[in-house]
Formats: sequence, C-alpha cells, structure tokens
Amino acid sequence: MDTTPTGTDRTSTRTRPGAGLSGSDRPRLARHVRLDFSRTRQRPILLHPEAVVVLNGSGAAILELCDGRHTVAEIVSELGARYQTVPDDEVREFLTRLVARHWVELTDG
Amino acid sequence: MDSPFGLLAELTYRCPLACPYCSNPLNLAGYQDELTTGEWLRVLTEAEDLGVLQCHLSGGEPLQRRDLVELVAHAHDLGLYTNLITSALGFSRPRAERLRAAGLDHVQISIQADEPTVSDRIAGTPSFHRKIEAMRVVKELGWPLTMNVVLHRHNIDRLADLLALAEEVGADRVELANTQYYGWAWRNRDALLPSRAQLEAAEAVVRAAGERLRDRMDIIYVIPDYYSRYPKPCMGGWASRQLTVTPNGDVLPCPAAQSLPLPRASVREDPLARIWAEAPVMTAFRGTDWMPEPCRSCPRREVDFGGCRCQAFLLTGDAARTDPVCYLSPDHDLVARAVEAANADSRPGDLPLIPRPHQVRGPGRHPGGAGRTASGAE
Repeated sequence: MDTTPTGTDRTSTRTRPGAGLSGSDRPRLARHVRLDFSRTRQRPILLHPEAVVVLNGSGAAILELCDGRHTVAEIVSELGARYQTVPDDEVREFLTRLVARHWVELTDG
Repeated sequence: MDSPFGLLAELTYRCPLACPYCSNPLNLAGYQDELTTGEWLRVLTEAEDLGVLQCHLSGGEPLQRRDLVELVAHAHDLGLYTNLITSALGFSRPRAERLRAAGLDHVQISIQADEPTVSDRIAGTPSFHRKIEAMRVVKELGWPLTMNVVLHRHNIDRLADLLALAEEVGADRVELANTQYYGWAWRNRDALLPSRAQLEAAEAVVRAAGERLRDRMDIIYVIPDYYSRYPKPCMGGWASRQLTVTPNGDVLPCPAAQSLPLPRASVREDPLARIWAEAPVMTAFRGTDWMPEPCRSCPRREVDFGGCRCQAFLLTGDAARTDPVCYLSPDHDLVARAVEAANADSRPGDLPLIPRPHQVRGPGRHPGGAGRTASGAE
C-alpha cells in the first residue's frame, strides 16, 4: 500500500494505537471513505477527504471484504486462499493501520 | 511528472464572513470575472481526464454560486470524490438535500470559536447559530461531518471547549489548523501569531483529547510552522499532487501562489493538461533542480521539498530561496524575529486585526478580468 496524501500541510494525531485487532471484529469502511477504481491510473483507489491511497490488488481485495459482515479471521483466510504470497500478518497489519487512521471502523462479533 | 490527485476549485471569493485570517488574495476585486457554469463543467471534465480523483469545492463561500448543485452533480458523475468546504451560511436544508442527491461526498464546516460572541466577532457577522444548525443537518442527512477551526492567538486558548463542541455536534473529524500566513492572514500576522506558552497548552489539550476520543473522532492538529525546526512539505511538492483553479480561471499549484511573480495560466486560454505539464507557473519549482543551498545538498530535500515557495517569497521577496522557517535557512532570523515579538513581554495586548471585506466591490483590475458579471454565478 503506498499512501499518497494530497494535502500534506497537515499532520494527523494518531488517535488510535492500532493494536488489538481481534479475529472476531467485523471491519467496514468509515463513512467518509470510498473504495473506487481510477480510470486514468488503472488502479484501485481509496478516497478520503484529504488523501488518496493508490492500492495494489490485494489491498483492494481486503477492503472489498470490509463490509461490516466479514470478520477479520474470515478476511485473513479468504486472502490466504486468493493470494498465496500475502502472509496473514500483512493483512492484519494493513487493517490495523487503516483503523488507526480512522479509515476503517470495527464492529464487534 | 505525476498526475495531480486533487483539484481545489475556488468557485468564488465572495463570502459572507470577514475572517482576518482568510487565505484569499488581498486583491479580491481582481477575481470578479468568475468562470461560467459551462467553463467550470469543462474544467472538472479536464481535471478528471488529467487524473484528478478528488474535487474540493471551496472559495470564498462556494454556496454563493447558484450552480453549485450542478457542479457537484457533474463532478460526482465523473467519479470524483467531492468535498464541500463551507462557512455553512446558505446551507439551508432544501439546498443540503439537493447537494446530497447530487452525490456530494463530504462536508467541512468552519467555525471560529466554541461560543457565539467570540465566533461571530472573528467571523465579522452573526453566524455561530447557523453553523451549528447546518452541522445538525449534515448529520441528519447521513453525511460524514468535519468541523474545521483555524487557530490563532485569539481562539487557541479555547481548544478544550472547541473539542467539546465538536463532540457535542457529533463531528466525525475535527481539523484544528493553526493559521498559515498567506493572503489576509499574512497582513494580520503579528496580531494572529500565538505565543509559545499558548501552543504548549494547546498541544497538551489535543493529546489528551486524542486519547479520550480515539474511537469516536479523528482529530487533525496542524502545527504552526513558524515554531517548527523544519518547514512543512508544502502541497507535497510544487505542482506535484494538487492544483488550484481560482474563480476567474487562473491555474496555480496552490491557492497562495497568486502572490508570486510568475506568468499567469488560465483555463480560458489553454487546456488544463497543457498548463499542468508546461506552464511556467507549474514548472518553475517542480522537482529539485531549482533548489538553492542549503536545500540542494540537504538529505531532507525530498522530505519537505524546500518548504513553501510562497512563504519564501512573502518573507524574502525571492520565491526560490529556502523557506525561512527552516532553521538552516540563511533568512531564518525573519521568522525568529516574528516569533520573538509574539512572545515579548512588551508586546501590546491587542494589535488591530484587519478583517477581509465581506463582499468584493469595484471593477476587476486583474488582467483579462474587467469586472463582468459571470452568468453562471448570478
């Protein structure tokens, strides 16, 4: 995941430590975040009021499953099946970073 | 050269507020010849073709444009993420519903303080209660809400109460941005620049609130660069990630760049793609070749890109110098002296603030803009 902030005058306080992602959490995109596909760049993208993240295929696959229904454990196992080169820890770390930035929210059980 | 990610569409500089920290240019009358609806629609289409993914609709007050809903709908149809940056004056419920239906993604509402007397005094007009009402409408219609506060010497001590207000209105994000000194803020700099003690107290409040609200609200705190050791990585590099189109169609790497002595580029004369690639206003400071020492040999040259060209120009008269905020800049004393004055015991308590005018009057003086009324605007 390469982050591409477009308004870099701003520094964000990281308001969530990002630890403690549980396998039973059900992640979903925050309301102000949109998953999309850039026609001009031919890449999946994540849009936010102040930033754009240009995603790779596995990043987009993870976020497509962040629908508030799939659990973290299910997403990890689904990604493992689809992309044998993506280690489980990487999926968890990716989600943890996005939760810390308030781009992804967690709902329990 | 990359494609830009964001377009800042400054639809108009007309504004019902008169904030003394406004970043709009001092020669507001030079921007009265606003782009028509048709011209803005073409700019949005060209921007998307160029690779733009986000469209920030700002001003002045963008709600002063009667064609705002139409512009949002077009940006939305192009697949752009649309972000309205507003004072909320003119954000009636029916208008909000039309904007929602047109696909507006996100609303940022400014507020000047946590209570009406101070907020209305800074804004120069009774507006506090209308802003609170507008924030309620944003939430009711299911939008995410960002509350924007520009911080300065006259409101930074109220940060705890401002955060409590953000919590009360249910903001999803709150942007607490210390004033950056361009436009009217530059003119009022000495009256606006906070003291070191004020900043230290503010940072403690932000840290505590960040912990307390971490699951509920995203708190963005923008430090004042005058107190930084290194300059900000302004715009992620000159003409690298964003572009600005002003109300009369000038294209700039950032809204402050109108102050620089560079040849103007206009969407009325050239396609956006050609301007982005070739116009001197875009190429002047793109990359690192333009850099003087100490930037040229600095390991941070790709981290902060030499800081802000507009700030270098305002402080030194030369846009190609290192941003004087940097402690390594040969001009750093210009910033150090302003900071020293803001902290001096002998500083007068109440330096006068010059409000920006609410409405622009008089004929346009900008080249190519002779004060015609834009048909799309009225």
